[in-house]
Amino acid sequence: MDQKSTIRISKALEEAIRAHGQQTYPNECCGALLGRDSSSLTGEREITEILPLKNQHEDSPRNRFILTPGDVREAETYSKRSGVELLGWYHSHPDASARPSEFDREHAWPWYSYVIVSVKAGCAEEMNSWRLVDDRSRYDSEKIEINDRAEATKSIG
Amino acid sequence: MAVKVMIPTPLRAYADKQETAEVDATTVAEALSALTGRFGDLRKHLYGENGKLRSFVNVYLNDEDIRYLEKESTHVNDGDVISIVPSIAGGSSASTGRESAR
Repeated sequence: MDQKSTIRISKALEEAIRAHGQQTYPNECCGALLGRDSSSLTGEREITEILPLKNQHEDSPRNRFILTPGDVREAETYSKRSGVELLGWYHSHPDASARPSEFDREHAWPWYSYVIVSVKAGCAEEMNSWRLVDDRSRYDSEKIEINDRAEATKSIG
Repeated sequence: MAVKVMIPTPLRAYADKQETAEVDATTVAEALSALTGRFGDLRKHLYGENGKLRSFVNVYLNDEDIRYLEKESTHVNDGDVISIVPSIAGGSSASTGRESAR
């Protein structure tokens, strides 16, 4: 897959996503990515906050996650109030790779960044970011650039 | 009837970057049809190959989920607001046969 865009994220937030995946293991974790989008100009996005959310999938949380329209609206409201944009979503793949599954692709929205962290035997490993291409046929990978700026993990729950 | 359709952020790139669009319609189906008629690239993201709304596409009429009204046949009135709201779903492996993104 081509690398066409970059998301920048602080070490603290990257570690928070990993920790969330480890905390919910063997179930999938999920949450929102908030920040600033310059991707149409520079190909870059900066994640400045994450919102850990509750995986609402009751039938099969080990290999599925779902966030309701209510969750999405809450995240949108929060991001507007904070003066940032809702840029995408993260989730974990317990004991599976950090690549999007066919199920991920079928349910994806364009434009959003989808960060996936692989959690093997309870330990967070590879993390990748993906964006659905316009014709929905596949994802493009995004480069994850990690910096050392301290950012926040927020809760709207 | 003139109704306003709220377009979610991930789809604005396919709608001339508009946050809203005003369309003439008497039902939700007509409103969505008018919207995708104007912005053709929206269609593949809203509808599956079977021509039905994708399971993770939620449509609200004035904050009421149309699934609890008359679905796409729900009538609209002048000044109504239709919102397209995503649900977000995914997961690591093949379908278990009990999926729903709603």
